[in-house]
Amino acid sequence: MFLLGNGAGFSGDRVDAPIPVLRTLIARGLPAAMFFETLGERTVALAHLEKRRDPELGYEPMLERLLAPILAPAQAHRIPLLGNWGAANPPAAARAVARLALAQGLPGLRIGLVEGDDVTPLVAGGQLPVHEADAGLDMGAWSLIAANAYIGAEPLVEALARGAEVVVAGRTSDPALAIAPLAHHFGWRFDDWQALALGAAAGHLLECGSQVSGGVFWDPGVKDIPDPADIGFPIAEVTAEGGLVITKAENTGGLVDLRTVKEQLLYELHDPAHYVTPDVVLDITRCTLAQEGPDRVAVRGLVGHPRPETLKVTASFEGSWLGEGEVSVAGPNALARARATADVLLERLRRRGLAVRARVDLIGVASVHDSDAGALWRGYEGPEPPDIRIRLAVESARRDDADQAAREVLALLCCGTAGTGGARWRVTPRILTRSHLVLRERVPTRVTVREAREFAA
Amino acid sequence: MSEVEVPLHRLAHSRAGDKGNRLNLSLIPYDPALYPLLAEQVTEARVLALFRHRGATRCTRYDLPLLSAFNFVVDEVLEGGVNGSLNLDGHGKTHSFRLLSLTVRVPRALLPRD
Repeated sequence: MFLLGNGAGFSGDRVDAPIPVLRTLIARGLPAAMFFETLGERTVALAHLEKRRDPELGYEPMLERLLAPILAPAQAHRIPLLGNWGAANPPAAARAVARLALAQGLPGLRIGLVEGDDVTPLVAGGQLPVHEADAGLDMGAWSLIAANAYIGAEPLVEALARGAEVVVAGRTSDPALAIAPLAHHFGWRFDDWQALALGAAAGHLLECGSQVSGGVFWDPGVKDIPDPADIGFPIAEVTAEGGLVITKAENTGGLVDLRTVKEQLLYELHDPAHYVTPDVVLDITRCTLAQEGPDRVAVRGLVGHPRPETLKVTASFEGSWLGEGEVSVAGPNALARARATADVLLERLRRRGLAVRARVDLIGVASVHDSDAGALWRGYEGPEPPDIRIRLAVESARRDDADQAAREVLALLCCGTAGTGGARWRVTPRILTRSHLVLRERVPTRVTVREAREFAA
Repeated sequence: MSEVEVPLHRLAHSRAGDKGNRLNLSLIPYDPALYPLLAEQVTEARVLALFRHRGATRCTRYDLPLLSAFNFVVDEVLEGGVNGSLNLDGHGKTHSFRLLSLTVRVPRALLPRD
């Protein structure tokens, strides 16, 4: 049996989560690995902008904080750590791991660096077809920041085979981070679709960290979980015979049951017969689940189909600005004051001729479920909320227009309805992404494995 | 047999996910005995109507009877998606609870006890 633990489900996850996972893996004494998924579509674009400002940045900002408490015990117990912490700058991330290792007295730590996912020149040269889902996107005046291909598990397996104890990658697919240590341990071939389906399912269930063990699941009084302040991150038990059991770190909160596993199995899934990864197409239409004990769910009936010939590419673009402003009203007649404030804000934008697309939310009445036109708060007929926050959001190709629109919210501190307060406003650059497809042979990857003392040099 | 109208939140749970301008919503009854009732009443058209005010164009329901679960995929619902949207929740993660506010008619005998 092989144990696969997850230490992070996104950039911004709880930084102390990996510790009990590693402790559990060590206590069980079986062959094991841990993986960290910290890269979203937007995260990689933001990382490219960071790298432009400083060539030694553009990797996961929490990398050192995540690894510091676990690096030495993981090495001592031969538990490799894999992550897409590299983001836009895998070499800089590898150097950061090397510096951390040297500081901890681990100069011999073997670090594997996986590169090659950056395909910016192919997109810049207009050589890649746009993914059908984004065919209608008009990028107009937007400028390309970067483009990265979702690479599969094979280069990660190569790094492990060459003795890497920490594997630093950029835009790998999320499931590849789970498939790689399993394929390395069990010697899976990359055309063994059944085995790869098992790995892809383990990766899909674990890649969002606590989401399979109680995170974004708990609904107080309806779906309660033990100690939501300390949700245990997940561990998969995988056997050579194709067994897969989802469990979690010992002595932690959260839970793993049929409900948590079903929610995560269907998360971000479209056609359940075709969950596409770079390594295999997973089919869960014949999948069954069984609770095999406390916090233990067995997953059976997974089916794998041959992998696609193409890899998905996410290209990110910049070229417009987001302006946001908020003020609050509360107490008697709050609803009428909030509605009037919203209408006056939109009227101000119109009279000043600001070139913006705008939306107003009445937070406390309707916001996240509403449309840009405010259909829900305009049609609201329920009781008056005691406290409402009015939010204006605008988009503009001109920074100054976005800024001036957001400042109209600030002006309400003197010009607004009676009892208006608590203004905040800001302008931030917007990033838009578009998906492309690339033939996999056009994305050659490179693997470098060196000791920490060499990487840090 | 007497029936009552209740929000799905009494009977089922859900999680939302996104990819671009497309949203997926799982719907999972706590009691698998309710699966046929949900299959009959929680139709693609009713779920699409929940998101029509945001310009949603299509809803597809995938049935997973072995898991006692449904997967709804709603197109063009995120008004630009995580990157292009002006909405605070550009991912649409809160929409699982909009689905759970939809009501269904249930025989009293199948209602969970409080």
